Amino acid sequence: MEQARKRLAIVWLALIALLALTVAGSFTVTGASSAIVSFGVAAAKVALIFWFFMQLRTEKGLIRVFAVGAIAWLLILLLFAAIDYATR
Amino acid sequence: MVDQPYSTAPQQREAATMGMFVFLGTEIMLFGGLFAVALGLRLAHPREFIDASLQLHVWIGAVNTAVLLTSSALVALAVHAARAHQHRATSILFNSAAVLGVVFLGLKAFEYATEYREGLLLPPVGVQRLFMDLYLVSTGLHALHVTVGAGLLAAVAAFAPRRPLLVEDTGLFWHLVDAIWVFLYPVLYLAR
Repeated sequence: MEQARKRLAIVWLALIALLALTVAGSFTVTGASSAIVSFGVAAAKVALIFWFFMQLRTEKGLIRVFAVGAIAWLLILLLFAAIDYATR
Repeated sequence: MVDQPYSTAPQQREAATMGMFVFLGTEIMLFGGLFAVALGLRLAHPREFIDASLQLHVWIGAVNTAVLLTSSALVALAVHAARAHQHRATSILFNSAAVLGVVFLGLKAFEYATEYREGLLLPPVGVQRLFMDLYLVSTGLHALHVTVGAGLLAAVAAFAPRRPLLVEDTGLFWHLVDAIWVFLYPVLYLAR
């Protein structure tokens, strides 16, 4: 129990540090590298939230598939939308 | 305590968790449409999109992100407390997270009011108008989810801290509302 609380506290610290990183990044980099930093950091934060806060760490495979299924379909949607714009 | 038609508690819990994730999937697709709009707008008008994004209040958004991340951590602690049958701790943590949700909404309202005073909220027709419309719809829809989520947290804290499945599923909803903001923030505020 004590260990679980400590783990959640460390994850919270990591999330706040990632927030600081992404805000700092917005003042220092622009263009494509800015997009890579902000979306890389956001993906890392959401991964931490899903894995530790939403307990996917301890769930079975089928529940993990249900949890990320919609995200996978959404990425396909966004990918094809981006291809449409990129090839005009 | 196992309800029909389940034969064991873990089986019931797995079904409840899976059902909740299916519902959260519909929420992801709902916001996904708005993210697709943001992607299209940015790819079609990269420079104007960045100009419009630069006008938003980065620091209010950053503080609000920290507020939501912290509330999510409290909810995760609450779920742990519920599993250890520490019902009082679950109630206190859920209520604290709900209060942070209200803080988020207060800051958001202050931000809308500031933008309105600056004439930013409803600019004339153009790409900036499209951006601000997207901003209003997506942050407004998210604020609606924060309102519902904070209400659910307070209700479970008051009436059902002893029902672990309700505690867990309410927690999952709150974490997803947090995760959606984690993406809305860079998409809208940090385009550079």
